[in-house]
Amino acid sequence: MLKNRIIPCLDVKDGRVVKGINFVKLKDAGDPVEQAKIYSDSGADEICFLDITASNENRDTIIDIVRKTAKECFVPLTVGGGVRTIQNITDLLLAGADKVSINTAAVNNVNFVKEASKKFGSQCIVLAIDAKKVSENKWEVFTHGGRNKTGIDAVEFAKKIEENGAGEILLTSMDKDGTKSGYDIELLKTITNNTNIPVIASGGVGTLDHLYDGIVKGGASAVLAASIFHYGEYKIKDVKEYLNSKNVSVRL
Amino acid sequence: MNVTIVDYQSGNISSVINSFTEVAKGKVNLEVTSDINKIKICDKIVLPGQGSFKSCVESLNNISGLVDTLKDFVITNKKPLLGICVGLQMFADIGYEEAETKGLGWISGKVSKINNQNGKFKLPHIGWNEIEIQKESKIFKDIKNKSHMYFVHSYEFIPEDKSVISATTDYSSKIVCSVERDNLFGTQFHPEKSDKIGLKVIDNFLRL
Repeated sequence: MLKNRIIPCLDVKDGRVVKGINFVKLKDAGDPVEQAKIYSDSGADEICFLDITASNENRDTIIDIVRKTAKECFVPLTVGGGVRTIQNITDLLLAGADKVSINTAAVNNVNFVKEASKKFGSQCIVLAIDAKKVSENKWEVFTHGGRNKTGIDAVEFAKKIEENGAGEILLTSMDKDGTKSGYDIELLKTITNNTNIPVIASGGVGTLDHLYDGIVKGGASAVLAASIFHYGEYKIKDVKEYLNSKNVSVRL
Repeated sequence: MNVTIVDYQSGNISSVINSFTEVAKGKVNLEVTSDINKIKICDKIVLPGQGSFKSCVESLNNISGLVDTLKDFVITNKKPLLGICVGLQMFADIGYEEAETKGLGWISGKVSKINNQNGKFKLPHIGWNEIEIQKESKIFKDIKNKSHMYFVHSYEFIPEDKSVISATTDYSSKIVCSVERDNLFGTQFHPEKSDKIGLKVIDNFLRL
């Protein structure tokens, strides 16, 4: 039976790990390579790096981090943030990433998803959707770390990127991110019900129950969280034991 | 011992290189190449594969003499080869991803899309799944039944001769996730991404 995945996410800025509270207030807490290794050794099913300032700044730092991490971590590594060109993807994959997550570039041009998945295979193209609730059962896609409104309906967008070859969706609720009040379950449910590719839930985890809800109530195939792991509130092992005790299948 | 990872310009093989490098440290010479003269004289081959069946087969065919060299290595000289993911799928006669495409034909069978039971099962099959060992296999030495391996694929290899199947995994049906026939090995899962247990599979192959 396929297991639900637990994915710690490391937000990286200028080569250091940070976790943004609502993407604004940053705290510094460590070396990304070391952190990734700790996660991988403690049973993380995948590791995710999000280069949070990559949209504006140079990308060489993250390439170097990916290269070092990939030599020590033998679980899948996803890298996102500022992935805009085929060359960006090539550079990340050559450095040792297994998947890249695309956000703004896909919103600007859905053909980019098509081109990328054709060239590298759907298995390495993750579509990061940042969505914000605009009315009852309606969510809109945002870009640039939640700064820019696009007017695009999140559900329609999710269907469209699936058609264009994305292998997975990394779905972040911009309303919930950094709040520790749980995932936006309605959003998750709507997207998982309307697509046939795996959805990774993100944004808002504060407790173990939130992870449970994301999988069981939201239908997510994987749950991603940053701060609850990063500040040591919970260990990967705690999460897995908890989920297992509630009959959610995980890799122990 | 000299082991070659075949770099035929299809997909991302960095993770394969990293994992094999880690396991090979100090005991095995590892070369990443598409040079058929080097491939001919090496002891073992790793054939990775990412992207579609069609694109992988085309990339192999693009390198003059490569397919024949691999065939001689595996079929005539009976030296060990490990195919990973699409690398395994290409052992088949035929694949149906993108378009009907002729495979290497080393193990009779076909590669078709996993039956997702009308959307009940999400595709690609991504993540950690348990392997159910079907027969003793040299690359599963010291690996427990029901160990978790990392998968990412939408197509499955269906061999005609079921006796080649060394493990299956459960996703909508029993999917073939590894094969072994004499010197020929293949895994649908990614040992290079399957944590310590995956590195053990690699180690077993390198120790053959």
